[in-house]
Amino acid sequence: MPASYLWLIPLLPFAGFLINGTLGRRLPRPLVSAVALIPTFLSACLWIWLWFTMKAPGAPESIQSVATLFGNSWISISGFNADFAFTVDHLTLIMLGVVTCVGFLIHLYSVGYMAHEEGYWRFFAYLNLFMFFMLVLVLSANFLLLFVGWEGVGLASYLLIGFYFKKDSAANAGKKAFIVNRIGDFGFLLAMFLLIAHFGTLDFSTVFTSISQHAEWQGGFLTTIALLLVVGATGKSAQIPLYVWLPDAMEGPTPVSALIHAATMVTAGIYMVARTHVIFDRSPYALGVVAIIGAATAIFAACIGMVQHDIKRVLAYSTVSQLGYMFLACGVGAYTAGIFHLLTHAFFKALLFLAAGSVIHALSGEQDMRNMGGLRKRIPVTFWTMTMGVFAIAGIPPLAGFFSKDEILFRTFTSPNPIGKLLWLVGLITAGMTSFYMFRLWFKTFFGEERFEEHHEAHHGDHGHAHGVHESPLVMTLPLMILALLSIIGGWVGVPAALGGHDEIGTFLDPVFGNGVQVTEVVSHSTELGLAAVSVLVALLGLFIAYVLYYKKPGTAASYAAKFPALYRLVENKFYVDEIYGLFVTVLLMISRAILGGVIDAGIVDGSGYAAGASARGLGALTRRIQSGNIRSYAGWLALGAAAVIAVMIFGHSIWLH
Amino acid sequence: MVPISYYLVLAAVLFSIGVASFLIKRNIITIFMSIELMLNAVNLTFVAFAHMWHQITGQIFVFFVMVVAAAEAAVGLAIIIAIFRTRQTLNVDQVNLLKN
Repeated sequence: MPASYLWLIPLLPFAGFLINGTLGRRLPRPLVSAVALIPTFLSACLWIWLWFTMKAPGAPESIQSVATLFGNSWISISGFNADFAFTVDHLTLIMLGVVTCVGFLIHLYSVGYMAHEEGYWRFFAYLNLFMFFMLVLVLSANFLLLFVGWEGVGLASYLLIGFYFKKDSAANAGKKAFIVNRIGDFGFLLAMFLLIAHFGTLDFSTVFTSISQHAEWQGGFLTTIALLLVVGATGKSAQIPLYVWLPDAMEGPTPVSALIHAATMVTAGIYMVARTHVIFDRSPYALGVVAIIGAATAIFAACIGMVQHDIKRVLAYSTVSQLGYMFLACGVGAYTAGIFHLLTHAFFKALLFLAAGSVIHALSGEQDMRNMGGLRKRIPVTFWTMTMGVFAIAGIPPLAGFFSKDEILFRTFTSPNPIGKLLWLVGLITAGMTSFYMFRLWFKTFFGEERFEEHHEAHHGDHGHAHGVHESPLVMTLPLMILALLSIIGGWVGVPAALGGHDEIGTFLDPVFGNGVQVTEVVSHSTELGLAAVSVLVALLGLFIAYVLYYKKPGTAASYAAKFPALYRLVENKFYVDEIYGLFVTVLLMISRAILGGVIDAGIVDGSGYAAGASARGLGALTRRIQSGNIRSYAGWLALGAAAVIAVMIFGHSIWLH
Repeated sequence: MVPISYYLVLAAVLFSIGVASFLIKRNIITIFMSIELMLNAVNLTFVAFAHMWHQITGQIFVFFVMVVAAAEAAVGLAIIIAIFRTRQTLNVDQVNLLKN
């Protein structure tokens, strides 16, 4: 594939966005779907072509394409230059595959899911806009273009979370996501400024080459840059302390939750850390911070996820928790494991969200698991596909989640990090909790008695049509089936040698991460097998507890909860993090309002405005007498002026001389 | 031979009369006449200087001024007639529709 074709990959969805965004209102729905789906499909085809180009023997490790704008680069000022430059290496290739293929499947699903919604064209326009920015993000060859994509996906996410903007909670959730992300972006921006100050460029290859040429650069400013990048990544990838926006983002339509808030956009932070691993490798301190943030987020979010009742919120906290795993992997230097989990997570989490969407669709908008149950027979396709997703995320072999999660736990266990063993333990407990809350969701939704009402007269979900429980149409179940298949086999690309595999994904990513310091203790295969066995046992334990609490003896969970009311309420209310942030922000707002509003705005800004107005008014009052509108008075002034000029001409000369 | 200053003084007097009557008169026709008076005062100085320097340029220029004045008189009188027909008055203080 010629390198210049790279530009087509993001620009095709952008064309779809332009057409649907401008004309979509007037187009019939099938045409809107076609305009949105065909470019996405073509992008996926281009990715396949690109894949075969890159996999061909003798193919270069990376392809680069620089575009110019009327013969100029993007930004060119003295001492700094930034190009519209795209690059593809094996890491980008994996991300591109996830974005285009999962993206296309979710587009397809949305055709069915959104069929009855208002603003159909708007939804697809936003979705294509998101695809454009996400593809720019993963393709960019410098920090600045990556930042453009980074901000762009934030915008698209804001628009889609607030898709039902007439609902207050949705509009607020959109704003929350955007503002929390801005805090992270602030760190990213500072990191870019530091990079410019130290390297004079934002180009990936230049920066990384110059770091690898200076072995004496350890820590120092690289730690600062890395930590600021982490701030950016915690915002986008919903890690502590900036994770709060992601659960609220579930106000958006379910396909959006699947695409943006599970499979692609939220992994941008992981991608960024992996992409800049050269910087992180030089700073054990920053890596340690990443690992601790990841592990803490993983267990914290899993805790909250265990007691949520909204099916989408459970999945949201699960996403936060899984992103924590990926962060943990990056933090112990196992970038390959992180990207591997990113890949498998994209499959099974997109599947879980879409299946949850199918459940919600079947129940005409019901999202509360307390009002579900017994759906196994009613919506069999959704049930079976979701089962694959649940088993995959819970880490049951040989499904996808097992291999990637196990790889992360193994790498954590063997990492040189002094608290590696503790992080491994946290990860292991989280794995058990993951298994528990996913099977809890599974049992509560599909087993037991039917707790839903058959015909809803009025409800407040995002589905405005009410009829009986029904399986979703093929256009929705087909993506489910494909993703279920991927959730089963997706992990097989990374089967470790200990289990008789070849770890293809590791070999594949070696050109990208191979140069990094990947110091791990040499351990025997038996250790690795033992660790794998432990994590499978923990997953089965989670399954067993969920089975007892929610299938065998439903109601026991509630009685346990009643024994520790304070603790339960604490967790159910998400540790009151939102309230604490709210209080903090409110106080901060009050102070800044007093200073900015009271002193600066009212005193200086308004004061200078009033002063300027008053002086202009006074001057006008003086001079408006001249403008009387009386021609004769004008003529009089004219004559007087002429007389004055003549007087000066005649007498002025002698006056000036003396 | 009349000295040049006589002509200039006469022209200045005529011009001043023209300016003064332009400022104080209210009848449009009178104002119009005072404009003609100012023009002719200027014409007089042109001719006087042309005579003094024995140059034809000033004389020629006077013809141009007369042509323009004639054209102006034609247009101006037409406007005056139109104003009188519509408003039945020639008092400039009452022809002030555009003010305010």
